[in-house]
Amino acid sequence: MRVRNVQRHGEENIELQMTPMIDIVFQLLVFFIMTFKIVSPEGDFNIRMPKDAPSEARPSDPLMLPPIQVRLAANSDGTLAGITMGGRTLKTFGALHLAIREIVGDDRGPGSIAESTEVEFDCDYQLKFEYVIQAITAVSGYVRDNRIIKVIEKIKFKPPRRAPGG
Amino acid sequence: MRFGRKGGAGFAEGDMTPMIDMTFQLIAFFMVLVNFSEADQNQRIRLPSSELAKPPDGPVQSPITLQLTDKGTIIFGPDETTLAGLRPLLARERTVIDNTPGRSTAEATVIIRADRNAQTGRVQEVIGVCQDVGFEKFALRAKQEEAGLQGGRT
Repeated sequence: MRVRNVQRHGEENIELQMTPMIDIVFQLLVFFIMTFKIVSPEGDFNIRMPKDAPSEARPSDPLMLPPIQVRLAANSDGTLAGITMGGRTLKTFGALHLAIREIVGDDRGPGSIAESTEVEFDCDYQLKFEYVIQAITAVSGYVRDNRIIKVIEKIKFKPPRRAPGG
Repeated sequence: MRFGRKGGAGFAEGDMTPMIDMTFQLIAFFMVLVNFSEADQNQRIRLPSSELAKPPDGPVQSPITLQLTDKGTIIFGPDETTLAGLRPLLARERTVIDNTPGRSTAEATVIIRADRNAQTGRVQEVIGVCQDVGFEKFALRAKQEEAGLQGGRT
């Protein structure tokens, strides 16, 4: 095959140097690969706890129920020893969730029992924080059809119980 | 591409375009996913997980991130401090917030990233110090968990 030279006289054929660009591009690629970290998404449990208002329930409000007391006892190594809700011993956080839903029912929205109810956690000092998050998860909602159904959102804490001599 | 080399000793030049295309695609992918907020996500902290922990819909107002290690120390920005050392740092933060128009301490959110093995009492002590300084809104941070722990019990 013969290629006809169509270049006109006096016109230069500029060849682009690709090598430096590819060098830089690979440097960038290596940098991003090395610094890449898979971070799982994080979410929050929002709590409003002003110092001078230990309870959100105003005593003058007759619709406000007393807070549900949930006791989380810990072994000396910080593992969960037991869950108690209003004197009733519960074996798992699933049982706690069901017990809470028994109390508040399926009524949601403004003026509902779920909206006005508050949960107060009474935890041992050395209890591992992951159990508290599990307990908060159990009382604050559940997932149905990929949607979060809120149960109780008002959460507060009693001062932690220190182990004797701790 | 050149044609008409003599003697059949062909100089094969590969087409670079697809490779460069792919490389740029990869760079774009990593650039989009790169995490610049590393200061707020210390890798030493192993968060507890919860399926209800969904990322917030909007930006948190005046966020202050406190990270509590399993040893009980508190990471606040670049500083690792104890409970006693936290108070002046928070007081300084409060001064900054109060002096910024449109921001108030009561509306600022303290995000607590506590390690799953941290002591609950320690977390409560940190909350107590924040309350003493004047903060009221707290967010206990957890890692989003897939699949239904609770889905099974509903």
